[in-house]
Amino acid sequence: MNEGRREILQLVFVLVGVIFLIKLFFIQVLDNKYAELADSNAILRQVEYPFRGLISDRNGKLIVYNTPEYDVTVILKDVKNFDSTRFCEVFQISREELRKRFKEMKARKEFSVVKPTLFIDQLSNEDFAKVQDRLDEFPGFYIEARTTRAYTTKALANALGYVSEISKDKLTNDKDKIYRQGDYIGQSGIESFYEEQLRGKRGVRFKLRNVKGVEKGSFKNGAYDTLSIPGQDLIASIDLDLQQYGEMLMRGKSGSIAAIEPSTGEVLALVSGPSYDPTLLTGKNYSSNFMLISNDSMKPLFNRPLMAQYRPGSIFKIAQAMSALQEGVITPETRFRCDKSLIGCHAGHDNQDLRGAIANSCNPYFFNVLRKMLNKNVSSSPFEDTRIGLKEWNKHIHSFGFGKNLGIDLPNEKDGLIPTPEYYDRAYNNRPWKFSNIYSIAIGEGENLVVPIQMANFAATIANRGYYYIPHLIKSVGKDNKPLPQYTERHYTTIDSAYFRVAVDAMQQVVDFGTGQYRAHLADVVVCGKTGTVQNDPLPAHSVFIAFAPRDNPKIAIAVYVEDAGQGARAAASIASLMIEKYLYGKTKRQFIEDYVLAGKFLDKVQ
Amino acid sequence: MRRDDDISGSLDWTTIFLFMALVVLGWLNIFAAIYDETANQTIWDLSLSSGRQLMFIAASAVIVLAIIIIDMRFYETFAYVFYGLILIALFMVPLIGKEVGGNKAWIGIGSFGVQPSEFAKFITALAVAKYIGSVGFRMDNLRNQAVLFALIGVPIILIQLQKDTGTALVFTSFILVFYREGMSPFILIVGICAATIFILTLLVPNQLYLHGTIFAVLLFLIYIGKKKFKRIAVLAIGALLISGVIESVDYAVNNVLKKHQRDRVMVLINPDIDPLGVGWNVTQSKIAIGSGGFFGKGFLKGTQTKFDFVPKQSTDFIFCTIGEEFGWIGSLIVVALFIALMLRVIYLAERQKSRFARSYGYSVACILFFHFVINIGMTIGLFPVIGIPLPFFSYGGSSLWGFTILLFILLKLDAHRGEVLQRI
Repeated sequence: MNEGRREILQLVFVLVGVIFLIKLFFIQVLDNKYAELADSNAILRQVEYPFRGLISDRNGKLIVYNTPEYDVTVILKDVKNFDSTRFCEVFQISREELRKRFKEMKARKEFSVVKPTLFIDQLSNEDFAKVQDRLDEFPGFYIEARTTRAYTTKALANALGYVSEISKDKLTNDKDKIYRQGDYIGQSGIESFYEEQLRGKRGVRFKLRNVKGVEKGSFKNGAYDTLSIPGQDLIASIDLDLQQYGEMLMRGKSGSIAAIEPSTGEVLALVSGPSYDPTLLTGKNYSSNFMLISNDSMKPLFNRPLMAQYRPGSIFKIAQAMSALQEGVITPETRFRCDKSLIGCHAGHDNQDLRGAIANSCNPYFFNVLRKMLNKNVSSSPFEDTRIGLKEWNKHIHSFGFGKNLGIDLPNEKDGLIPTPEYYDRAYNNRPWKFSNIYSIAIGEGENLVVPIQMANFAATIANRGYYYIPHLIKSVGKDNKPLPQYTERHYTTIDSAYFRVAVDAMQQVVDFGTGQYRAHLADVVVCGKTGTVQNDPLPAHSVFIAFAPRDNPKIAIAVYVEDAGQGARAAASIASLMIEKYLYGKTKRQFIEDYVLAGKFLDKVQ
Repeated sequence: MRRDDDISGSLDWTTIFLFMALVVLGWLNIFAAIYDETANQTIWDLSLSSGRQLMFIAASAVIVLAIIIIDMRFYETFAYVFYGLILIALFMVPLIGKEVGGNKAWIGIGSFGVQPSEFAKFITALAVAKYIGSVGFRMDNLRNQAVLFALIGVPIILIQLQKDTGTALVFTSFILVFYREGMSPFILIVGICAATIFILTLLVPNQLYLHGTIFAVLLFLIYIGKKKFKRIAVLAIGALLISGVIESVDYAVNNVLKKHQRDRVMVLINPDIDPLGVGWNVTQSKIAIGSGGFFGKGFLKGTQTKFDFVPKQSTDFIFCTIGEEFGWIGSLIVVALFIALMLRVIYLAERQKSRFARSYGYSVACILFFHFVINIGMTIGLFPVIGIPLPFFSYGGSSLWGFTILLFILLKLDAHRGEVLQRI
C-alpha cells in the first residue's frame, strides 16, 4: 500500500527546489528590472546646489546675498507618539492647517510612508531657530536646508529681478538639460540676465541611502561625484546711496530715473517708480505676493526706465541740430524766424541762432532745420527727395542709440521708434508721402518713441561729445574685474565731435538762463540740461529732463521722467539736479527743492 | 547498549555537515543583513544580531551534546508527557506572554524570551511518531486517524490563539507524514483541490463565473457518463458542495480574515496592487533578490537588505541577503543544501527499524520542507507573506534550538537504530 510513497515525497522535494531555482533564474539573471529598481532604491543622486553669486554695489556695499531657509520633511513611518497640540504650538500653525497639510501630503502622487515628504516649506532662519531645539520631540520630522535670496535694501527691485522655481516652459526649452524641476532660476532683471554667471555649477554626489533616506556613505567611494562650483559674484555699477536717494525722491510718483557715468557707460542709478520690496518675492509667500504685486494697478513690476516708451519731445531737437550740422545744411550761426504759421511755438523769442533755438526750444526753427535735411533737392520728386533725406536723417539719429534697444544687461528693454521710409510706406499704405506729411518729427513729436534709458544714454553721448558705451549695471563679473566684453566698446555717433560744443553750450544756457534756471542750476558746478514736456492729453504732460555735469569732464549723465507731472522744468529738473548734487557732493544744499519734490505738487500754480 | 563515548562513530556525519554548513551560512548572512558600513562593526559584536546568533549557535552545541548523552528511549517514553507540558505552555502564552511584532508568542524568562511554539514542533513530532508507532495502530482505522488529527489540531488551535498563523500552518506538514504512513491520498487531493478553489475564488472577480463553470462541468459529466440516478445525484451533490465552498471562501475572505491577512493573500495574486503599502514586503524582497544577478554583489556589498528596504531582513526575509549578495549561484547552493538535507533525512528515516523512529524522521523532513517552501516561496513572490523562519538561517534562538533539537533527536535515534527490534 505504501509502495512508492517515499519516492513521491522525494520527487516533490526535488521538484519544489527546481521550481524555486527556475523562478530565481528568471528574476535574478533574465530580468534586469530588479537591478535598476535596487539602484533607484539605494542610490541617491544628490545634487549639491552651489551658492548663487553675490551682488554688491560700486562701493562694495552688499546688495544681494544668500540666506539659509529650511524645509520640514516627514517620514510618516517614523512618526511616533505624535502630539498634535504641541506640534501646532511649536510650528505655530492652526489645527485645521495641520490637518490640511497631512491631507495634501498624502494626496501627492509621489507620496510614500517610508520616504521623506515635504511637510512645511521655507521656514525662515528665525522660525528655524525656534523649532530647532524642539524638533526631537517629533520623531519622523526632519529639517532640510537650502538657500534663498536676501536683500540688504528695498531699493533696486526691478533691476535686480528675482529668483524663483523654474517654469514648465523653461524646463522644456532647456536644451542643455541644466535645470531640473524644482530648481531656482533668475526670473527677471540682473538675476535673469546674469543667470549663467550667478548660478555656478551644480555638483552631483551619489550616495547610498537606507530605506529612511538616511545616507550610508558614498557610492563607489565617490568615483562618479562632481564638486559644485559657486556662482560668480557681481559688482554692480550702481551707487546704492544714490539709488536709494532716487527711490526716495520718486516715492509716490510714476516714472523713472536713469543715471549713467558717461566715461564708462556704467549705470549709477536706475529707478522705476513705483517699486516693490524685493524681499516679498522670496521665501514662502512668493506666490501670493507675486499675485499681489503683478495685479497692482500701478504696475510695480513694469520696469519703466527700460520699458516705458514716450515721445521724445523738445529734447529731441538737440539730436536734430547735431544731424543738421553734420549734414552741413545749417551752421551754428544759422538763424530762422519763429514763424508760428509753420508750427505752433511759445512766445519770448524770435530769429534765434542754433544755440538760442535749442535753449528756447523754438519749434519753427527746427521745422526749418528738418526741412533742409529732408529736402535737399537731390531728386526732382518731392516724395523721392524726402525719402532720401529721411534715410540720411535715420542714419544720424540711430547712431545716438535711438530706435533700437541699446543692449543693456537687463531683459525686456524696449526699442522705442524712429520712423524710417519703410515705416511711413506701411503707415501710408504705400501711398506717397513727403515732408509736409511727417514734419512733426522735427520737434520730437509725431511717430518718434524713446525709452528713458535711451535719453540718459543721449545725455551721456553729449557729455562725451559724440560717443557712448552701452549702459550696463554690472561693472565686474567674477574675478575678471571686467564687465561683459560688449560693454567696453565705444560707440561713435555719425556726428563730428566739434559740433557737440554747440549742444553743450545750449544745454548750459538752458540751466543757467533758460527753463532750467530755477530748479536745475547748481551753485558749485556747471550743469548742462534740457527740459522736455511730453504731451499726454487729456492728462497732464509728462515732465522730462536730461542733464550731465560737470560741463567739462562730466561725471554723471541723467534722464528723469515723471509721468503726469506737467512741465519738465519742475518735477524732472528738480529731481535730476538733486541726483547730480547727491552724486557729486553726497547731499543737497537745496533742502527746499528736495521738500518740493517730496511734496509732489508739481501742477500747482507756483513759481 | 553502547557507551556514550562510542556514539560519534555511529552519528550520521553527512547530516551534521549539512547542518553545520546551513548554520554557518545563516550566521554570515545575518551579519550581512544588518551590516552598517559606517559603524565599524564586527561579526562578533554581541550587541548585533550576528553576535547573539553566535551565542545561540554555541548554546545549540550544548543542546546537541545533551541530546546525544541522554538515553535514546527517553524521547519515546516521555513523548506524551512533553506533549502535555507544551500544550499547557502554549495555553499559557496568550495569558502571560509578551507581545513581539504583533504576535503574542513569547514567554519571558529574565531578559530572554522563548517561543514555546518553536519547541511544539519537535514535541508534536515525537507524540505523532509515538502514536503511529504504538501497538495496534492502523492508519486505515478512522479512530486512529481522528486521534492523529487531534494531536496536530490542538497545537494548531492553541498557536492560532497567539495569532501566529504561520507557525500554526507548519503543523499541517504532518499530513505528508500520515500519507507516507499509509493514509489515503484522498485527503491530500481534497486539500490541494480546496486550495485551488480557494485561489480561484480570489482570482475570479465574480463568483457567478465559477458557479457557471461548475454547472457546465456537471452537465458535461452527466452527459458523457451513464445516466443512472445514483451517479447523477452524487455528481450534483458534489457540484453543490463545491459551489458552497466557493461561497464560504468568499465569505471567509471578506468577513473572517483580518484586513492584513486578506491583503497578504490579495498581494500574492496581484503584487503590483499597492507596491508601497501591502505589496512593499514582496516587492522589496524581489528587488533585493533580483538585483543579485548571477554571481551576486558580493559579501556585505548588498544595498537592499542592509539598508532596511527589505523588512525583517535577518529573520523571515534572510533569503534576500543570500539572493542579493551571492546571486543565483548562492541561491542554488542554499537550495541544494536544503534539498540534500531533506533527502538525507528521508534516507535516514527509511533505514529505521521502528515505526516510531521512521515516522519521526518523516516528521523532521516534512517540517523542514514546509518551512523551506513557504519561506523561500514567500521571498520570491510565489506564496503569500507568512512569517515563518528559514530553518538554521533565520536569526533567533528559539527557532535555531527548535530545529537543532528536531534534527538531532533523529540523529540520536539513527545512531542507535541497530539496538531496536523491528516492529514494522
